[in-house]
Amino acid sequence: MNELVEIVGLTKAYDARHVAVNNITLTLPKGKIIGLLGPNGSGKTTLIKMLNGLLTPTQGSIMVNGHYVGVESKAHVAYLPDRTYLSGNQSIRGILDYFVDFYADFSRDKAEEMLKSLNIDPDTKLKTLSKGNKEKVQLILVMSRNADLYVLDEPIAGVDPAARDYILRTIINNYNPDATVVISTHLISDIEQILDEVIFMRYGHLVLYTSVDNIREQHGKSVDAYFREVFAC
Amino acid sequence: MAWELDNDRPIYAQLVDRIQMQIVSGYYQPGGKLPSVRELASVAAVNPNTMQKAFVELERSGLIITQRTNGRNVTEDTELIESIKQGMARGHMEFFFSKMKELGYTGEEIKALIDNEIAQ
Repeated sequence: MNELVEIVGLTKAYDARHVAVNNITLTLPKGKIIGLLGPNGSGKTTLIKMLNGLLTPTQGSIMVNGHYVGVESKAHVAYLPDRTYLSGNQSIRGILDYFVDFYADFSRDKAEEMLKSLNIDPDTKLKTLSKGNKEKVQLILVMSRNADLYVLDEPIAGVDPAARDYILRTIINNYNPDATVVISTHLISDIEQILDEVIFMRYGHLVLYTSVDNIREQHGKSVDAYFREVFAC
Repeated sequence: MAWELDNDRPIYAQLVDRIQMQIVSGYYQPGGKLPSVRELASVAAVNPNTMQKAFVELERSGLIITQRTNGRNVTEDTELIESIKQGMARGHMEFFFSKMKELGYTGEEIKALIDNEIAQ
């Protein structure tokens, strides 16, 4: 079985007028790095939160590796939120302890090795790190899990180009052919070359799901340029 | 350093061109070992699946050989490498001549310009 995520008729309405995700049906395979792209307010984060079980769908269903989203699926989905849920007063070491307790699939060795390569001292507190290093540490925590699905919400927002390259390499180096990585962003040109496939969303609808090389072959332009064309306003 | 890639062509095709160039220019020697898909994907900062697709393409053209237990090597067939090199050179020549003709130069004038360039 090559399908990892099966989304059927998924809808999330916050109230009658605010439908954030509108009847999306989508199947994602294993072993891909997939960009979730769309303008602000297109429903990316709502979709991601339903994948993680942080929001309950109004209608429809999501299965991850054969399990409906819930306690069982959460053990196999690694999530990087768009803003941190970790306390800045905690030391890195304390956060590692926390992850070891929380996630059976977390590899402390892997995380420590990556932190060491960045010269980050485990005794520093999270809040004393630069913005770029904070992002890196959180990505390291997420990628040190041996999950089926990694969901990264805006992992490269607001970091410098060198930090961005580090983050992209970390994603590539931890890539596992049985797992899929979903990355939401609107900085498309920055991550285009590590993506297999892209999902375009607008007003809560699925607009397009195809491969990066398909877009380049059919339209003779980058995904970034094509996105600007599709979403021109 | 991540590889510089153009925006208007499929990424795997650009990876094929780039590795092909490294082989014909001798950066990777005939019969020499190639890095793994993962290593090269990391260096280039591209998706490993895309690098894999480029390798499959290069295998099909015979330029690289996959051994089940021993990774990938550049072919030892220097004639094949030479013919691919000549094909690439022809492509560059055609491009050059079409541009020069667009500028209005005749064959004789282009020849004189080339001689001049070489003399410098």
